[in-house]
Amino acid sequence: MADTAETLLETPLASLHRDLGGKMVPFAGYAMPVQYPAGIMAEHLATRAGAALFDVSHMGQAELLGEGAAAALERLTPADLRILKPGRQKYGLLLNAAGGIVDDFMVANLGGGRLFLVVNASRKAVDLPLIESVLPAGVTLRPLPERALLAFQGPQAVALLAPLAPAVATLPFMGVAETQIAGIPVLISRSGYTGEDGVEISVPAEQAAALAKLLLALPGVVPAGLGARDSLRLEAGLCLYGNDIDETTSPVEAALVWTIGKRRRMDWDFPGAERIRAELDHGPARLRVGILPEGRQPARAHTPVHAVGGAALGGAAMGEITSGTFGPSLNGPCAMGYVAREHAADGTALELLVRGKALPARVAATPFVPHRYAR
Amino acid sequence: MSQLKFTKDHEWVRLEGGVATVGITDHAQTALGDVVFVDLPEAGRVVEPGDACAVVESVKAASDVYAPLAGTILESNEALSADPALVNSAPTGEGWFFKMTPADLSAIDALMDEAAYLAFVDSQS
Repeated sequence: MADTAETLLETPLASLHRDLGGKMVPFAGYAMPVQYPAGIMAEHLATRAGAALFDVSHMGQAELLGEGAAAALERLTPADLRILKPGRQKYGLLLNAAGGIVDDFMVANLGGGRLFLVVNASRKAVDLPLIESVLPAGVTLRPLPERALLAFQGPQAVALLAPLAPAVATLPFMGVAETQIAGIPVLISRSGYTGEDGVEISVPAEQAAALAKLLLALPGVVPAGLGARDSLRLEAGLCLYGNDIDETTSPVEAALVWTIGKRRRMDWDFPGAERIRAELDHGPARLRVGILPEGRQPARAHTPVHAVGGAALGGAAMGEITSGTFGPSLNGPCAMGYVAREHAADGTALELLVRGKALPARVAATPFVPHRYAR
Repeated sequence: MSQLKFTKDHEWVRLEGGVATVGITDHAQTALGDVVFVDLPEAGRVVEPGDACAVVESVKAASDVYAPLAGTILESNEALSADPALVNSAPTGEGWFFKMTPADLSAIDALMDEAAYLAFVDSQS
């Protein structure tokens, strides 16, 4: 869509990225740093060892206001939002009528009938009108384009941040708090996309650069770009919308059944419930699984997946890699993708057709690198 | 040590005693970032200029490496299998990709010298 330099949007941290030597690339219509001079490998490892700061201001932020907000949003998602307590956040999926995934999102209950939403940059133009279309009188959607979003991730992130924002130290995993960091008003959630402990911080755009500089000045903190964000999330087994999930994949196929609330699975009152119920009863034709190639060669997105011996026969692939990289912490390649259900058990041998050669691989449990979230 | 010659695809070539050693340039390794895997051609393979005959993979992406000259692959750098990061640390030295016997030694004269290559890189940025 917007892939030329003239039409790319910038985040409030654009000039800071340039000052830091960020290599800017187009992503979802924005000019974003894919890496800084240290490189993806160093940024990835620094996130797992200490703390790194990511600009994720391209993501869509919005508030849903009104006492009926949770019930209204449940018309589009199978998540149980009525049991989401004030001060808590959860991950969910927006579904279409066919049970396909329109987007994945985070939703936090800020209390007083306020829900705070974070959706994907590439999907906000789809999501927000969709949400708007199901709202009853008394519930309003307020997009927050005037807010930036920073991810501060790694085992040292919370310890480094706590002296500046005491409320953070006691925040549980998936807890949210409206507080201040050095006088800057922020909305902090203890969550992220790296598999590590850390926070995501929503901040007014005009104060985002000051906050980012403050965090980068803390001992050992490095800036990290989209490249490290991608390798970190893939090692953590987390989906990327557009790669691993899209409007054709269902929550059952995507192995995201855990996002469907228990009450919702009794009432079957969400879009695509018929397909999802049938897939739960009979098993889906394909399943998203973790895949570990043997050796050091990565298998990238769209690599065909065959049963053992299948690649040489030249027949149709029974699956496809949807994300694949070299995992810096794993010190080896890792991937995820869809395979026919009968090949989805952990340990099943596979063949990946990479540049015309069969690369041996196995189905493997995710995360590839254990999550280290706060308890 | 003989002079390096360069292609627009960011390979370098060094001709010594009728054998051409080929690798990727310092500019190319910087652009790629941390190299994690290299797929190299088999000895005996006959290549034409521009044939994709090796692959270099960074964390983020895979890129083709092209034959700079017509000829026959003599050997590949086995050290890169164990330590692909040599491509980053010594791109024009220990990080070489393969050696080949050019079909026509004079074809190397058509490649760029270092000054012309650096001007070419500047014109691309």
